[in-house]
Amino acid sequence: MECQNIINTFAPCLVQAGWDPDLAQFASIFMGVLLVATFPLLTTVALIWVERKIAARIQDRLGPNRVGPFGLLQPIADVIKLIGKEDITPAGADKWIYNASPVIMTMSVLLIWAVIPFSPIHVGVDLEIGVLYFIAVASIGTLAVIMAGWSSNNKYALLGAFRVVAQLISYEIPLALSLVVPVLLAGTMSMVGLVEAQAGMWFLFMAPVSAVLFFISAQAETGRAPFDLIEAESELVAGYNIEYSGMKFAIFFAGEFMHVFTNGMLMAVLFTGGYHGPFVQQIPLLGLVWLILKASVWYFISLWVRNSLPRLRIDQLMSFNWMLLVPLSIVNLLVMAFLLRVVQELGIAPSAADANDFVANVPQTLVFFLGNVAVFAGLMAVIRSQGRRERLAEEADDDAEAPLLPADAVARASE
Amino acid sequence: MNVLSEWAFIGVFFVMAPVLPALPIVLGGLISPRKPNAIKQATYECGVETVGDTWVQFKVQYYIYGLIFLVFDVEMVLLFPWAVAYRQLDFFAFGAGFLFIFLLTDALVYAWRKNALQWT
Repeated sequence: MECQNIINTFAPCLVQAGWDPDLAQFASIFMGVLLVATFPLLTTVALIWVERKIAARIQDRLGPNRVGPFGLLQPIADVIKLIGKEDITPAGADKWIYNASPVIMTMSVLLIWAVIPFSPIHVGVDLEIGVLYFIAVASIGTLAVIMAGWSSNNKYALLGAFRVVAQLISYEIPLALSLVVPVLLAGTMSMVGLVEAQAGMWFLFMAPVSAVLFFISAQAETGRAPFDLIEAESELVAGYNIEYSGMKFAIFFAGEFMHVFTNGMLMAVLFTGGYHGPFVQQIPLLGLVWLILKASVWYFISLWVRNSLPRLRIDQLMSFNWMLLVPLSIVNLLVMAFLLRVVQELGIAPSAADANDFVANVPQTLVFFLGNVAVFAGLMAVIRSQGRRERLAEEADDDAEAPLLPADAVARASE
Repeated sequence: MNVLSEWAFIGVFFVMAPVLPALPIVLGGLISPRKPNAIKQATYECGVETVGDTWVQFKVQYYIYGLIFLVFDVEMVLLFPWAVAYRQLDFFAFGAGFLFIFLLTDALVYAWRKNALQWT
């Protein structure tokens, strides 16, 4: 049936109804865009509640429970309140940039949804370069932050924006380098291709170090704890969005929640098989259910990490990235490339015929998994030796500086 | 779908994506009260009068981070086609990729040893 996939094949339905083909094509694209773009926005409204409830429960309190049953209408109350707040634009602010930056920040997250595959036949558009598109578009948000900080005419907003941008650009490197590994394993950059390549075995088992790297980098990209110096209220007085009030402020935060959920979706798509699950061949729309389930699990893990870990200082943050994550992601990439060659030479890679079979994928998965374990063990060994070296240096310093008691000085002089 | 109509989708998305978050902002602008006065619009500096110029000096360390990011960003973009074609190529591809990555990692190690990666 041609009208099954609403996003892509709406046009033939219209043409059958007598529309002009070009106009029908444009209308179908427009419909597809609207559908794909409103899904994350509606999800974000629900996420406000999820976020607050889970944060509250982890902190051993109840969370919103007044507005509606279990506090479920809380997001609506929040939205109504924020719409009614007065919009105070600071004196001397750069009007156009000031107003544009929350919109651009949310826009950069929305654009990612164009390439996410929702089910075997539903996807916004299956770009050949899906992963590269994702990385490119996610960088637009960084621009929005510096726009917000600069145009607020406030030195604390500017300082906050500088630090945020330094963090965001730094963590893009392990994000992108960890994404090269699934592309290596699947042989394509297209998101649909990546999901299809996981029909036999999830990339989470084949490349766990890459999955963890991507998770950590994504957590840092959205400014979530432990990397949340961005929204640390006690530092820099709320950072780059000091001077924002009302709905613009709300859109900044909606953008952030949406970004965290998008990261969950990307973890699900890139590492845990996307829309694959039982009975997806028979009922394609069930793929969307599996995808949302997996994304919710990753979103929950992200919230769990956020509510459990303390904040890192800015210098700790930057050293962690440049001196641990970047070298680790490079080593991981080289090891995976080498192991892929080894697997191909040994002939244990599954042939094209049974690439979708779980059992046929196990041998190569074992090789990759052991390689990742070796990389992790190497990392731990390096950290341990570095820690030992620093501890010994500290102890030597302490010994050298300890003041001698008179009795000790006499004893030492008479030796 | 041919390639042009794929990117037409992205083009329409680029136009619609700013419109959708802008709708609540416009709605807020219509509904919310508007009573500006000088005190409300004053720049916030912990409740006291602002001291000094707003546009503070740019710390040089940010520039260094930007440079190193640029090097690795370009490296990453060039690694994607290598990764896509890797399965069809022979062992020479691994050697070439290794050499490329090694040269750029060398730059990172150099920056590390020169303490260019430290925050202060």
